[in-house]
Amino acid sequence: MSQTKQVKQLDRVIIRFAGDSGDGMQLTGDRFTQESAVFGNDLVTLPNFPAEIRAPQGTLPGVSSFQVHFADHDILTAGDRPDVLVAMNPAALKANVGDLPKGAAIIVDSHDFTKRNLDKAGYDVNPLDLLGDANDPLGDFQVHPVDLTGMTVEAVKEFGLSRKDAARAKNMFALGLLSWMYGRPTESTTTFLENKFKKAPDIRDANITAFKAGWNYGETTETFVVRYEVKPATLPTGTYRNITGNLALSYGLIAAGVRSGLPVFLGSYPITPASDILHELSKHKAFGVTTLQAEDEIAGIGAAIGASFAGSLGVTTTSGPGIALKSEAIGLAVMTELPLLVIDVQRGGPSTGLPTKTEQADLLQAMYGRNGEAPVPIVAPQSPGDCFAAAVEAARIAITYRTPVMLLSDGYLANGSEPWLIPDIDDLPAIDPDFATALNHVSKKAAAAQEDGSAAEPDEFWPYLRDEETLARPWAIPGTPGLEHRIGGLEKGDGHGNIAYDPANHDFMVRIRQAKVQAIAKSLPPLEVDDPSGEAKVLVIGWGSTYGPIGAACRRVRRAGYQVAQTHLRHLNPFPDDLGDILKRYDRVLVPEMNLGQLSKMLRAEYLVDAIGYNHVRGLPLKAAELAEAIGQLVGEAEGVDVDLGEHGLNPPADHEEAPLS
Amino acid sequence: MSTDLNLPTLRTGTESVPAADGPQTAKEFTSDQEVRWCPGCGDYAVLKAVQSFLPGLGLRRENIVFVSGIGCSSRFPYYLDTYGMHSIHGRAPSIATGIATAREDLSVWVVTGDGDALSIGGNHLIHALRRNVNMTILLFNNRIYGLTKGQYSPTSEVGKITKSTPVGSLDHPFNPVSLALGAEGSFVARTIDSDRKHLTGVLEAAAAHRGTSFVEIYQNCPIFNDGAFDAIKDNDTKEHAIIPLVHGEPITFGSRDATTGMGDKALVRSAGGGVEVAETGAVSPDQLLVHDAHNPDPSTAFAISRLTDAGYLNRSPIGIFRQVERPTYDDLARAQVSDARAKVEGSGPERLTQLLNAGDTWSVG
Ligand code: SF4
Repeated sequence: MSQTKQVKQLDRVIIRFAGDSGDGMQLTGDRFTQESAVFGNDLVTLPNFPAEIRAPQGTLPGVSSFQVHFADHDILTAGDRPDVLVAMNPAALKANVGDLPKGAAIIVDSHDFTKRNLDKAGYDVNPLDLLGDANDPLGDFQVHPVDLTGMTVEAVKEFGLSRKDAARAKNMFALGLLSWMYGRPTESTTTFLENKFKKAPDIRDANITAFKAGWNYGETTETFVVRYEVKPATLPTGTYRNITGNLALSYGLIAAGVRSGLPVFLGSYPITPASDILHELSKHKAFGVTTLQAEDEIAGIGAAIGASFAGSLGVTTTSGPGIALKSEAIGLAVMTELPLLVIDVQRGGPSTGLPTKTEQADLLQAMYGRNGEAPVPIVAPQSPGDCFAAAVEAARIAITYRTPVMLLSDGYLANGSEPWLIPDIDDLPAIDPDFATALNHVSKKAAAAQEDGSAAEPDEFWPYLRDEETLARPWAIPGTPGLEHRIGGLEKGDGHGNIAYDPANHDFMVRIRQAKVQAIAKSLPPLEVDDPSGEAKVLVIGWGSTYGPIGAACRRVRRAGYQVAQTHLRHLNPFPDDLGDILKRYDRVLVPEMNLGQLSKMLRAEYLVDAIGYNHVRGLPLKAAELAEAIGQLVGEAEGVDVDLGEHGLNPPADHEEAPLS
Repeated sequence: MSTDLNLPTLRTGTESVPAADGPQTAKEFTSDQEVRWCPGCGDYAVLKAVQSFLPGLGLRRENIVFVSGIGCSSRFPYYLDTYGMHSIHGRAPSIATGIATAREDLSVWVVTGDGDALSIGGNHLIHALRRNVNMTILLFNNRIYGLTKGQYSPTSEVGKITKSTPVGSLDHPFNPVSLALGAEGSFVARTIDSDRKHLTGVLEAAAAHRGTSFVEIYQNCPIFNDGAFDAIKDNDTKEHAIIPLVHGEPITFGSRDATTGMGDKALVRSAGGGVEVAETGAVSPDQLLVHDAHNPDPSTAFAISRLTDAGYLNRSPIGIFRQVERPTYDDLARAQVSDARAKVEGSGPERLTQLLNAGDTWSVG
């Protein structure tokens, strides 16, 4: 029975797909995201999955989810609370229902609400049996029980699959239904399924059929009477694609190789959530990229250091536990002053911690986690797409200054995605490896032999003679005749680079290595401060993936009629030269971080500023509404007024991320 | 799932390294740095041997790289006027793997010790051997920790009294040759610091081998473990202590017969499938074990390596245990890169633009 459906306009929607880790929720969410991206919405995603590959089926720990926030305007976060929850089993419902705001829609696969599954999820009574009752636990929501599995099996029966295989296509049925509901274009998913299951025509056809059946079900059923429309967003002009942080980071590394003309050499040991960079780079050998899956974390960085010594752009990728193992080798790269990229995709710690969840608690490890005075520049991306530019910037610093550079991504950036304005290659910074090819020093003997007092030609190569501006040493690679030299972990004599133990030299070398890292600040652009009125008394400063939630929280505060300034650090070491002055301009400085206050410690130590921490370590991005309240409170203190954010804070409808004031 | 690797043709170890323009001298390979080992240290002899051997390789000096870890022997690179890196404890094989994989035109050498290679760096050593990266690893085995002033090492005999084991060490030692063979080593040899001729011969063969050449060098530490190798160095005992391995020849040792040149003891197959020592005169000539370093099956080489004393060294096989051809990791890795490159057209920036714009894209404005 077909009918005319009502179409309702929305400016933004948050959908969370949740199911068992075997239910294909990541794929479902990813496809919905691609459809929305192609449609032209702005979007931000938040995948969330267990560390176990197949956690016990049907249980709460086994629940995997994918949240996508899409809008007709530019958005910054995946949203605090979903408008729609798709729950494929009781555990998925139980694990996620607490995040929903009043009035949210829930679509459940009623087929999976069996006694066994309800028991596993810890439900004494089937909540679907109580719908509409006085004690309905889901009374605050619009619940739509749909027999997704049953209808999927029915729809694909012509392909003769086993019941189990047929039922597996239920995620595509759900995707079809949601695609109908939000008017998503379907071609990209059909093409995707055709390619993915090219070698298994039955499975391919079943998935495509289930996807279409889901769409048609929406079209015909009376269960859903409204369709929604979220218009394309107005974004800066250009060509876009949807991209995850790990993919953008991989592309950034390839771009750094292309821009510098250096072969990229990745030495890496698999670790969540960084492994996808290894996987991606291993596909791009045609760009001269070599990937070595090493025997351990140390060998990964060891091989990368060797490759850098030999004239490649050495890269190693890992997460926090791997950085701990690589620390001594990073120190070697500091001492030998070789270009090297150390990429830390941070996850919850300490120890094994929360392998698949996000955190930014490795900042102090990156900054100080080595023996001796071993300064390492630190660069951090602020969004998934920004991982590309951050990788190129890290390479620029590493190659120009002959130094290891730490790039701090995190699990949220790694797996999250957003539309990315594809850059023009020519707009990327040019990176000149500037290999040393000539002798650079006049020996005493040669100088003395010059009878007329004129300057002699250089007759020696000194590997630690520095460039006056950058303080970088020459990078002479093996195969360069006449420049044979030895480097290593022992202290170097200034200039000549031979082993030197004398106290004054060590003091000098420790200081000059520090000064070299500090000199990078001269190459950085002024820090951008977003302070629309110029009258804010409170500055919110962050780094890394908190950019989105901080920006969204500031929008809320401004919508409520208050002033707040925001700035975000791409460079954590050295800090930009103008940071100190900026901090001094504000009465209060708030530092939201997914750790217990690491940047705030650094700011306090460096600038003697009373940086106030806002800290959560829940393995999830900060929530914008909660953060807005904290900012509001500080604004109240600074301005001596009572601040009430009203609907822009935690009061309903707090789930809405707000558009910028224009 | 596996795939057919398009195996490059096997070549010699130094074939892809540019040749020197003319003859070179040991002096050219000697750096201006003062050598700082203890007087009488076996490292001096090895350094001299290497400095005199390198010119004969006929390679451009700037294309030779020595990498070391930490320990007395790891100072080695400073004394050679080639490219070099004195790295961190145990990690030299991993660094050398990066160098050798990144650059086909370099001759890569690792200098390490028993503590560096077998204790803290054991993992990198076995994986370098397994991968068969084209490099030569010189393991100076003095059976003691020298640089940290005399603790027992992973090759020290059980019961060794040292600073850290005042009532005797407890752990069973590694036999470096057995370990290398077990780790799939394609070239495994053992030689002695003081036997310049044998040492040089082994170095030549090691350099010529394409793949990871593993060379254990018995090296005396007169300060902390003096006399550890006296039995195989002393003119009165060495005939009986050294079991010489020469490819294609029966393995005999002990008092030499003036006419046949054969020792009075010989290696024969044991009943259990291993190798044992017999009186040469008591067995028929066809029972004598003929050394076959090229045997694809490493079992016999391993059995021979087990004849090394684990305690005080009164007996040890010396020579090239194994030398077989196997594709090298670095050749294969470079071949994958060049194959991929051969399949694409366009400049790097053009292809990068294509890559970034691939997949589902949309335009705004
Ligand atoms: S301690 Fe032993 S091995 Fe080290 S330099 Fe002295 S003699 Fe040589």
